Amino acid sequence: MPKDHGIGASPKRREDVRFLTGAGNYTDDINVHGQAYVHFLRSDVAHGKISKIDTSAAEGMPGVVRIFTGADFEGVGGLPCGWQVTDKHGEPMKEPAHPVLCQGKVRHVGDPIAAVVADSLEEARTAAEAIVVDIEELPAVVDMGKALEAGATKVHDDLDDNLCYDWQFGTDTETTDAAFKSAAHVTTLELVNNRLVANPMEPRVAVGDYSRAGDDYTLYTTSQNPHVIRLLMGAFVLGIPEHKLRVVAPDVGGGFGTKIFHYAEEAFCTFAAKACNRPVKWTSTRSEAFMSDAHGRDHVTRIELALDKDNNFIGVRTDTKANMGAYLSTFSSSVPTWLHGTLMAGNYKTPAVQVNVKAVFTNTVPVDAYRGAGRPEATFQLERVIDQAARELGVDPIALRRQNFITQFPYATPVAVEYDTGDYEATMAKMEELMDIPGFAARRAESEKKGMLRGLGVNCFIEACGIAPSNLVGQLGARAGLYDAATVRVNATGSISVMVGAHSHGQGHETVFPQVVAEMLGIDESMIDIVHGDTSKIPFGMGTYGSRSLAVCGSAMVRATEKIINKAKKIAGHLLEASDSDIELKDGMFSVAGTDKSVAWGDVTLAAYVPHNYPLEEIEPGLEETAFYDPANFTYPAGAYACEVEVDPETGKVTIEKFVSADDFGNVVNPMIVEGQVHGGIAQGIGQALLENCAYDENGQLLSASYMDYAMPRADDIPHMAHYVVDHSCQTPCTHNPLGVKGCGEAGAIGSPPTVVNAVIDALHSGGHTHVSHIDMPVSPSRVWAAMNGQ
Amino acid sequence: MYSFDIQRPTSVADAVAALGTDEALPLGGGQTLIPTLKQRLSAPSVLVSLTGIADIKGVCTADDGALCIGGGTTHATVAREASSYPGLAALAGNIGDPAVRNRGTIGGSVANNDPSACYPAAVLASGATVVTNNRSIAADDYFQGMFATALDEGEIVTEVRFPVPEKSCYMKFEQPASRFALVGVFVAKYADGVRVAVTGASEDGVFRWTEAEEALSANFAPEAVDGLSVSGDGMISDLHGSGAYRAHLVGVMTKRAVAAAS
Repeated sequence: MPKDHGIGASPKRREDVRFLTGAGNYTDDINVHGQAYVHFLRSDVAHGKISKIDTSAAEGMPGVVRIFTGADFEGVGGLPCGWQVTDKHGEPMKEPAHPVLCQGKVRHVGDPIAAVVADSLEEARTAAEAIVVDIEELPAVVDMGKALEAGATKVHDDLDDNLCYDWQFGTDTETTDAAFKSAAHVTTLELVNNRLVANPMEPRVAVGDYSRAGDDYTLYTTSQNPHVIRLLMGAFVLGIPEHKLRVVAPDVGGGFGTKIFHYAEEAFCTFAAKACNRPVKWTSTRSEAFMSDAHGRDHVTRIELALDKDNNFIGVRTDTKANMGAYLSTFSSSVPTWLHGTLMAGNYKTPAVQVNVKAVFTNTVPVDAYRGAGRPEATFQLERVIDQAARELGVDPIALRRQNFITQFPYATPVAVEYDTGDYEATMAKMEELMDIPGFAARRAESEKKGMLRGLGVNCFIEACGIAPSNLVGQLGARAGLYDAATVRVNATGSISVMVGAHSHGQGHETVFPQVVAEMLGIDESMIDIVHGDTSKIPFGMGTYGSRSLAVCGSAMVRATEKIINKAKKIAGHLLEASDSDIELKDGMFSVAGTDKSVAWGDVTLAAYVPHNYPLEEIEPGLEETAFYDPANFTYPAGAYACEVEVDPETGKVTIEKFVSADDFGNVVNPMIVEGQVHGGIAQGIGQALLENCAYDENGQLLSASYMDYAMPRADDIPHMAHYVVDHSCQTPCTHNPLGVKGCGEAGAIGSPPTVVNAVIDALHSGGHTHVSHIDMPVSPSRVWAAMNGQ
Repeated sequence: MYSFDIQRPTSVADAVAALGTDEALPLGGGQTLIPTLKQRLSAPSVLVSLTGIADIKGVCTADDGALCIGGGTTHATVAREASSYPGLAALAGNIGDPAVRNRGTIGGSVANNDPSACYPAAVLASGATVVTNNRSIAADDYFQGMFATALDEGEIVTEVRFPVPEKSCYMKFEQPASRFALVGVFVAKYADGVRVAVTGASEDGVFRWTEAEEALSANFAPEAVDGLSVSGDGMISDLHGSGAYRAHLVGVMTKRAVAAAS
């Protein structure tokens, strides 16, 4: 019998009632009395010198409150990067200034040149049209290879070139070269990991408010991590101390990483609220989102896999160019390095793994973390090259993976991380069972009868989640700790508010976190509410990304709840005239072991707040505890994925007929939500693999600047639910956090892109197109057709 | 969106009069014009909404058997009511999504003549007649290139008259993002021959593939198109496919349309 409450149960998501009935409170729903509206005048060219900005005609236009340009931000800090990467020569990465409004130069289409604050948005837009901007256009740097050529136009004039850093990691060159020299076979692939736009359903919004009475600020913003924004904006940009700055991230309609970062518009609205002495609101249009939300991925990689004569992996070597865009976004520098290089061992015991990454500035929108962040790029390279090796060697791709699996844990990889636990054989076997691999031949024959090519793709993945141990990431260049925090506030009548540093923007924390506390206390989940998203209410936690909420913040919540239990037992012991060491808590009742003496949860909580009969000389009244939790290691979710595609040989169109994931997330608190997370993640992975393509032309113009050209996955791009199976029954609990959980938010997006591409290549080979070793994502109909026809 | 006045005439005559003023634009279902206004790419002083004109709405059959569709008729209505011309009804039922089909009109579509729109293929392949407030224009004369038609300023499409073919089918290969036609082919078989019109593919907008028409008039079977091809020159080439790919799809979609025609 599945449980109906507590850990392991699947109660419906309580937050969905308000989301689905229009009662959510999103940032754009927040309107502050007297607010003005800002419209940003953005660059329509990719690169140029600003020779003149004339705002005089615009300033007198109806409704205009004030017009800002870069000159108004002289002396104000730039947007900071939160992670300093050190290059292979020991030099720090190049960190060019990232001003709130352009200073002297525009560096990508969408770069904000000026901001018009007006009584209404329409008036602001109209006035912005009257601003005269003269830009002396410069050649745009778009292609990363060309950006690195000697003499290339520089995105940042104060740097020597367009190289942010040249990073090397893992096994030393001598050892790696020796492995390749001794190889019986080497497989090489050149791959593009396509640039993506996150496209959360809710665009970004910021409302800045300033109170002269208290000289303090409030920023309402669409953020995954309000405390991070308060820290970055307060300390590095605007110089506002924490106690004078409140950041509120209310209901947030999807983030996928792109709402982690601190953006210019947030700093602008906060700054302008004081400068104009009026609240200032900005709501991104979808068009603005395409050119101002941080993009994702955009790696170009050459990967080599060395195998010995028995097909054991003996070496992996990669050479990647990673696009940073025009400026360093908050965590951009860490994505191609520490979130990517550390995963290049995959699920395999390859002894030599060397990762080389050049990060490159271009005249494009900044690139940063997007669901998976570095780990999808690592998985894609490795699982594509393994598939290609299997094809070249004529061996079964499942068997090749299986023979190279890591089987002993803990396992220290050549790329600096230690996998605490896992069972890759178990997830592979589960995937094979659910996929019905033996039945594939018959299904292929059925497809061929219809004139379609059918392919089977399989792959494994591993990711580092539960981000992250502060001392480790500090050594690696992080400029922040990555612990989290929770306060459990028990009220007098026994109800509980849990204030958490994690932020829910679709994940379902309001449902899941109470399941954990309810299980620990033996009380009903309905007595527990989660508070998140407001720095004035919650302890200093680092927010939600990197599949960390339950593994890190949930662990803090467990620790705080343990403190609550310890104190409550002392109170119960007093009430029951017994030693607290003899008190047991079960089903919401405190009892003296071995007796029938007991006192209910509510009686204990009431005693804490009405301490008439209370050991005041020994313990404080009240029942509220806070815990900070810093993980000892990353967590390592892993799994095996498979899909079957049909390829229309006449048009090149790919349809996914069946998709199976077998994940190991350790313990699972709410299976329904885990399955939803994986379904959504795979949908995004399918989007990357088949549809999504953020493309620039050679002049730095964004070609896919709306949904007319940027293809999002839709319901009919995803297999029918009967053929879209996500399994998490293989569970090797995390060994170092109290819940034994690993995190599930990113797995689907990490594991699924190579599955799809592997299946397409398999289908083409079955149709005789054996010259096709790879097709870059998105594997669109035109690209498949071109590959089939050698074009 | 800039400010504008809106007028809602209830007769064609009043609409024509209202459109006589400077900077007035007709508003059909608004599926193209409203997004354009929202992006401030168009700044009419007056919008003349055609949705209140009952005379230009609805589907009926003329004495000569032609299917007559009022210019203000929505795609959803055509999908539901053009049962005598199943190929056309199916085309209308696959334009956009339900919201688009319940607002967008046939008159708006053929007046706009988007190179990737579906209706122009049906109008041209049917040899239909575009009727306006002051004349009738044969389809072969009406479409004059991408977003260009024979319409004069202020002229309103009041009706499109479709001769009903013996067999027809529209095959659309969707552009992955917009789901407009990357290539759409409408095949219509009449007693006196077959007409084939292609949308989505050409830089000149909808066109007739006469070579295929001749072959199919002789033998209305998919294999009749074997060996025939259109040139990739002059085809649209963009993120979603090269000119050569579109040219290839013209052949594939034509064969599929013939195979499925009913």
